[in-house]
Amino acid sequence: MAITKQTRVPVREQDPAVRARNFLEVCLGYNEEEAREEATRCLNCKKPACVSACPVNIDIPGFIQQVKNGDIAKAYEIISESSALPAVCGRVCPQESQCEGKCIMGIKFEPVSIGKIERFVADYARENNLVPEVKAEKKGKKVAVIGSGPAGLTCAGDLAKMGYEVKIFEALHQPGGVLVYGIPEFRLPKDTVVAHEIETVKKLGVEIETNVIIGKSITIDELLNEEGFDAVFIGSGAGLPKFMGIPGEQANGVFSANEFLTRNNLMKGFRADYDTPIHRGHKVAVIGGGNVAMDAARTALRLGAEVYIVYRRSEIELPARVEEVHHAKEEGVQFHLLRNPKEILMDEHGSVLGLRLVKMELGEPDESGRRRPEEVPNSSYVLMVDTVIMSLGTSPNPLISSTTEGLEINKWECIVADEKTGQTSKKAVFAGGDAVTGAATVILAMGAGKAAAKGIDEFLSSQD
Amino acid sequence: MYKIVKAEQLSEKNFLMVVEAPWVVRSCQPGQFLIVKIDEQGERIPLTICDYDREAGTVTIVFQTIGASTERMAKLKAGDCFMDVTGPLGRPSDLVEMDPEELKKMNILFVGGGVGAAPVYPQVKWMSEHGFNCEVIIGAKTKELIMLEEEMKKVAVTYIATDDGSYGYHGMIPSLIEYLVNSGKHYDRVVAIGPVIMMKFVCQLTKKLGIPTVVSMNPIMVDGTGMCGACRLMVGGEVKFACVDGPEFDGHLVDFDLAMERQRTYKTEEGRALLRYREGLSYSGKSSGKECGGDK
Repeated sequence: MAITKQTRVPVREQDPAVRARNFLEVCLGYNEEEAREEATRCLNCKKPACVSACPVNIDIPGFIQQVKNGDIAKAYEIISESSALPAVCGRVCPQESQCEGKCIMGIKFEPVSIGKIERFVADYARENNLVPEVKAEKKGKKVAVIGSGPAGLTCAGDLAKMGYEVKIFEALHQPGGVLVYGIPEFRLPKDTVVAHEIETVKKLGVEIETNVIIGKSITIDELLNEEGFDAVFIGSGAGLPKFMGIPGEQANGVFSANEFLTRNNLMKGFRADYDTPIHRGHKVAVIGGGNVAMDAARTALRLGAEVYIVYRRSEIELPARVEEVHHAKEEGVQFHLLRNPKEILMDEHGSVLGLRLVKMELGEPDESGRRRPEEVPNSSYVLMVDTVIMSLGTSPNPLISSTTEGLEINKWECIVADEKTGQTSKKAVFAGGDAVTGAATVILAMGAGKAAAKGIDEFLSSQD
Repeated sequence: MYKIVKAEQLSEKNFLMVVEAPWVVRSCQPGQFLIVKIDEQGERIPLTICDYDREAGTVTIVFQTIGASTERMAKLKAGDCFMDVTGPLGRPSDLVEMDPEELKKMNILFVGGGVGAAPVYPQVKWMSEHGFNCEVIIGAKTKELIMLEEEMKKVAVTYIATDDGSYGYHGMIPSLIEYLVNSGKHYDRVVAIGPVIMMKFVCQLTKKLGIPTVVSMNPIMVDGTGMCGACRLMVGGEVKFACVDGPEFDGHLVDFDLAMERQRTYKTEEGRALLRYREGLSYSGKSSGKECGGDK
């Protein structure tokens, strides 16, 4: 037997200098030959640690063996049993802390590039019009799903596969949730990848109605009592952007990452043929160190700005995926670490002029286990910028919780739901994703959507 | 697709439309707003709901042409369609939720400046339908820009003010309010809707007169559901989002100067988009109207 290769098959990417000025996808993915070669590195473990580390428990060695053998259609079938959005997951999952983080190969060598192989399979399926098979008997029951982001699409897809009649209500004018408004084109192409994944869910029989705001256009109680739905899943996503509460934050040129990304991604502000304006700064500071901060920074860069990430801890504490940080650096985003904004300075017209920063150092670990950043006395200075993008996370949206009687929320105002079933405090109402956990990842929301689909099936089956 | 049932030009820049929007009409209340989007390339434009007909499933909107999307909107005719209409958004007017017994004892003055007359109308109509007391001031720069006068007069005592004196009271709205109060009128509350500068000066006056005042803010928005934070305002020293916390606020607590500054955020970009639209309708390849397709 040949010695297993110690390093991964490298993946082709757009040159950093070129891609820093365009919105085309950064990572070009594996071709069939590369994917099959990388697949040979999988040890096909008896007790695969990768599978239990996957929030939707994809049979990873199973599909990789099929790729190795060249049966990509079969590999797609295996992934589709567990995931409705493989082309998305292959691109945006934090694999290093999930499947690839547990890969046995990773102990001594580089872990198998599971995400890139998954992406190849999903892209192959799209390009070759492979459609997952549905063979469920109709159950004669209706489920309403609120929100068409990763949680909602997954829950809806799974329920449709079980034979339920499913309708998704989406508040925005386009389905996809964060996949459309949040994650930028260069990381997740909309027209090809996202639109196709949504089409696949529709092909399972799921109906999607846009422009309906649950809690405003119609309430959950009305869905259950007047519209004939037997159960409801809430996958309404994260919520209201947080600001710091520092002086000058209301200045013109200060945006939430949500606003900046929504204008660019959903409203296509970067294109001249779309009406929605976007602020193209010259010098942009993005406050925060998560994936959203990296997305905002790399978007501002592509709109022509010089961009700084300002984060109050050090590099190892950056919550963003390693790959995103790496890509941002390659493209020329400058990292100002251990820095905290104290004040936004503005000119006489109320526009941003600069950012007063203070240096930080790391002290004792706090309740999150990370070392608490503390201010270095007398260390403040001004960074000249004309735009500040706040990427500090979100707090839950009260639209649904405030209009649904008997729906329990916790002290952070997130909806309380059982982790295993998605059941909320209200009968026939289930929830999952960011609405329950606060801002997290696409794959965790998918895992919650999947769990809730099972929970809803058990609930509705017990009602017969 | 959301069909336009009626389209009417009220003045040079002001337009009224009646649009089919079943999901909005189902539960909308006075004080709430909706969002329209003409087509794929259009902006999401927040507009206060000016009237609604639950049986017909239609809502009435009034808008002023200020940018590329609104100029394109103005070209739409009855029979054309919006690609998207969504709502209702924001909280209903406090009046709707007030104790009717309390409301019965009150005399409320509604003030509509410019296109602000349109969002004032459903509230006045609602008051009149429920037998509550109210009076109305419609104000504008000049006679030609006074809107909804006939409709308003049918439901309440209505005063007109024009800046140039071409019709009704000669002067700005605040000076008419002062005049009415000085001539013995008593108001328990003022509801003012219109340009930010008008609301600012109305509030300065009513604060002096000790009359609680509600204003309806219409800042820049994207999604309208709380997600983007573009519509943030300072109210009583706190950050509020107009879309979920408003659009109505205690006028004596709103920082109007900041609100005016923030409205200028996209002036340059919007100006560019408008120029692009005006100079090259063919360049962008945009049609200024959508045929209602057969898919719905």
